[in-house]
Amino acid sequence: MENNLKKVDIIFEDSDKCAPLKVLEKTLKRTADDIILDLIDSGLKGRGGAGFPTGLKWKFTRNETSDVKYVICNADEGEPGTFKDREILDRVPEKIFTGMAICGYVVGAREGYIYLRGEYNFLLKSLLKKLNDFNAALKKLNVDFQIYFKSGSGAYVCGEESALFESMEGKRGEPRNKPPYPTVAGYNSKPTVINNVETLVYTTMICHMGPEKFKALGTSDSRGSKVFSVSGDTPIPGIYELELGMPLHDFVNEFGDGDTKAVQVGGASGHCVPRKKFNDTIIGFEGIPTGGSMMIFNSSRSMYNVLHDYLEFFAEESCGQCTPCRVGCQQLLKGIEAVKRGERPPAYLDDLKKLTGTMKIAAKCGLGQSVGNPFNSIIDNFREEIIY
Amino acid sequence: MSKYLVNLKINNMPVAVEEGTTILEAAKRLNFRIPTLCNHPDLTVAGNCRVCVVEVKGARLLAASCATPVSEGMEVFTNSEKVRKARKHIVELLLSEHNADCTKCFKNGHCELQELASEYRIGDHVFLDLVTPESMIQDISSPSIVKDDSKCIRCQRCVRTCAELQGVSALAVVNKGDHQKISTFLNKPLHEVVCTNCGQCINRCPTGALTERNYIEEVWNAIYDPSKFVVVQTAPATRIALGEDLGIPVGERVTGKMVSALKKLGFNKVLDTDFTADLTIMEEGTELLTRLKKALVDKDEKTVLPMMTSCSPGWIKFQEHMYSDMLDNLSTCKSPQQMFGAVAKTYYADKINIKAQDMIVVSIMPCVAKKFECERPEMRDSGYQDVDYVLTTRELAMMIKQAGIDFHKLDEDHYDSILGESSGAAVIFGATGGVMEAALRTAYEIVTGREVPFTNLNIQPVRGMEGIKDATIKIKNVKPEWSFLEGVDLHVAIAHGLANARQLMEKVRRGEAVYHFIEVMGCPGGCLGGGGQPIPTSPEIRKKRAEAIYSEDEDMPIRKSHENPEVLEIYKEFLGEPLSHKSHDLLHTHYKPRKRY
Ligand SMILES: Cc1cc2nc3c(=O)[nH]c(=O)nc-3n(C[C@H](O)[C@H](O)[C@H](O)COP(=O)(O)O)c2cc1C
Ligand code: SF4
Ligand code: SF4
Ligand code: SF4
Ligand code: SF4
Ligand code: FES
Repeated sequence: MENNLKKVDIIFEDSDKCAPLKVLEKTLKRTADDIILDLIDSGLKGRGGAGFPTGLKWKFTRNETSDVKYVICNADEGEPGTFKDREILDRVPEKIFTGMAICGYVVGAREGYIYLRGEYNFLLKSLLKKLNDFNAALKKLNVDFQIYFKSGSGAYVCGEESALFESMEGKRGEPRNKPPYPTVAGYNSKPTVINNVETLVYTTMICHMGPEKFKALGTSDSRGSKVFSVSGDTPIPGIYELELGMPLHDFVNEFGDGDTKAVQVGGASGHCVPRKKFNDTIIGFEGIPTGGSMMIFNSSRSMYNVLHDYLEFFAEESCGQCTPCRVGCQQLLKGIEAVKRGERPPAYLDDLKKLTGTMKIAAKCGLGQSVGNPFNSIIDNFREEIIY
Repeated sequence: MSKYLVNLKINNMPVAVEEGTTILEAAKRLNFRIPTLCNHPDLTVAGNCRVCVVEVKGARLLAASCATPVSEGMEVFTNSEKVRKARKHIVELLLSEHNADCTKCFKNGHCELQELASEYRIGDHVFLDLVTPESMIQDISSPSIVKDDSKCIRCQRCVRTCAELQGVSALAVVNKGDHQKISTFLNKPLHEVVCTNCGQCINRCPTGALTERNYIEEVWNAIYDPSKFVVVQTAPATRIALGEDLGIPVGERVTGKMVSALKKLGFNKVLDTDFTADLTIMEEGTELLTRLKKALVDKDEKTVLPMMTSCSPGWIKFQEHMYSDMLDNLSTCKSPQQMFGAVAKTYYADKINIKAQDMIVVSIMPCVAKKFECERPEMRDSGYQDVDYVLTTRELAMMIKQAGIDFHKLDEDHYDSILGESSGAAVIFGATGGVMEAALRTAYEIVTGREVPFTNLNIQPVRGMEGIKDATIKIKNVKPEWSFLEGVDLHVAIAHGLANARQLMEKVRRGEAVYHFIEVMGCPGGCLGGGGQPIPTSPEIRKKRAEAIYSEDEDMPIRKSHENPEVLEIYKEFLGEPLSHKSHDLLHTHYKPRKRY
């Protein structure tokens, strides 16, 4: 069977040529505007989930006038089924630091923070040593930028950028109203670039290899490659960097166990794709985007249990402040239980689908807005499994 | 920087508003009402209930109109199909986690959620009932406040009130997701934490989740009990706000009607806390002058300045928790309510030949902290609990309705005598700065023999709604016995709302400002914005109430406490003079340090 899947080695590339400090030195000789142009040209979009063009984000922040600005690396990695940032942090942290320092140079920030998921504190000791060396190197290079770590408290919602700022400010991690956006008022209400771990590494690598090589990968809507966390019913779970824009079909051929029934693309808040749609599903911003999580289910799995787990997760991890999400998640969870037990008719699932419509447009942040993704895609494709 | 105008359309109607205006505000200008729950004019924006969502052309998401500023060319729809469907869902969701037993709820008829539910005609129960048995266990530990989580819609108005306006943060959001709720330090009962009982959270709770402990039945029972002689006292700020709960416009004074209604309810005597407000001025004014002498002339190290007022029990409890090292700064005077109780069950009971144990003293107060205050063990100087029951202005309105009294049609009546006479100085106790003004009117005259040097006795510098005010009064040409005050600049400061009080205390503690006398009222605006006043409240409403208070003052034949004939009489017949032994026994008290959480 032909397979268009292309494995790539950019993120973890470990040759002398791309030594982070060298990349940094070289890049800092260029103008900020040039760097931004390269990033925009590369087509790089955020790898944390929302997919916002990184070059534009930096540009907006650069355009803000403020004495104090911040660069924040989002290392909260809380999406179930995602574990690629951990690997990146462990193996190539200097590339992250470099991306942050370049960003600081571009936007005019003197401080960077890495918001590290509480569960990853075991990495902290070795990371700190490397960070101290890097900070010292920055000083030696006369670069006015220093990076610090902040530990998260283990709430999924704190990965949402504005909740992350609240948490960093010592407050309860509740998402804020938008606007204002982080580029205008982020951490401490100052203009802030917040990027995912992986995004920052790509910025380093685009500065190293130029936008052309990056752009040559992927599709017009989804440039470049991305790191995937492959889990579930697969003989070869793990971390893989793949070119974007692949058909799901090829992915399943490579990673499935021959009995794949569905793939959950993008973690709990992503979409569930059933076997019959593998052929015409593209993994990328034009199709189904993903922060990296690919969970494979074979025919032994009950999709009711899968959905139930996700909904339990959301009902617990909703910050609880806004009505559509706090109550909506509970209604969805209790609702499928009621249908399963026969206490509500199957048609009640359609009422619940309408409810996800409201959650999608009326919830305050991405968490509540995206609960409908797994809900509708599982209900629509596996309705009998939910009812009977 | 001047703000420029932003042009937008709301429901196809063009409007231009200042940059930074929210969609909600802009819609109001065009008379489009958008429902809200978590939004409140006194508080920062939360944007969490989502009932105010509107459609913005071209946007993927609905926008929370309370939290979204307008932008040029924006096209907003406040009642499109999308909006209505979402809003209805949201109300249904709120009701699904709500113990909606309206008929048993204190807020029945005054509830923002109920109103919204009826507006959207939520009839059939689409969603599952999520109310948990644990949430239905009410916290009734406080004598002032009842907290019922099963009626809470998590709008966090109470949390913001307690933090932003009161600087107390007794309430906070705890847990997340399905376990998220409003709670206290370590989930302790309200009575065991820093809560000051100010009741400001009650005034801003849109539902029945926070209400006053109500004592209406107890008071009816007392009235019906033939063996009891039931006297009622009314605080200054009740007479300018009671009407609001009885269909009368904000800012209209209803003193005479209120007295009339109280008589019809069956109280044996209708008396006035304003009488003891005047008495407070005599005691507190003298205390101030005595302290000034001790501190400035005798250089007595135990006498501390500034002296701080003690009429507001929420402020007192706040001070006991937060600034327990500064309790000696507090005036030892009891609040007017408690002076009244102590005098009623001694002097007054004797006069009218009633045994103190047969007398029930009921207070009508703009305050819920007074419910706590009357139960303090220090407040039994008559040998009995000096004040038996405290009702809020709201509870009185409820009793008037229960009794079938048509408030609009009532004639005006007069307070009974004695303990019913008062001055304009007493009435202004109800507004921030009022106690200060009343004290200055009297103290200045005692010291100089002349009236305060302000037109028509109105001491404008201490009036107004600024959070912290200060003023300096130059004392000149004093009487010989006050020569130590000749030429002295008397520095005074006034704070209302406990967050402002905290700021002022920090300034005092850091020694940044040296004052002789400080007035603090626990509630924003003073008692007129008290936790027991009619709901809703807002800066405009409080401004109107203040205007009513000051006009009541101007209309009083007597404007100074020391000219109240009944006050002069009680000193002559009973107390002797201010700060006498008897005064100390009945009218003064002490305070105790409390924990900081
Ligand atoms: C509930 C929720 C959780 C999120 N968690 C993460 C996370 O763990 N890591 C992350 O990089 N982005 C996360 N995001 C996305 C961030 O809000 C933000 O968009 C991202 O960090 C921006 O970086 P990027 O532009 O590089 O993708 C989350 C979003 C939501 C709504
Ligand atoms: S959508 Fe959920 S997580 Fe986001 S603010 Fe609302 S309740 Fe919190
Ligand atoms: S809080 Fe409002 S809606 Fe709820 S029971 Fe009370 S009156 Fe009814
Ligand atoms: S009564 Fe006052 S102090 Fe107590 S919780 Fe409410 S607002 Fe806070
Ligand atoms: S107690 Fe009242 S004010 Fe506080 S969150 Fe609940 S409903 Fe809102
Ligand atoms: S009133 Fe706007 S979100 Fe609550």
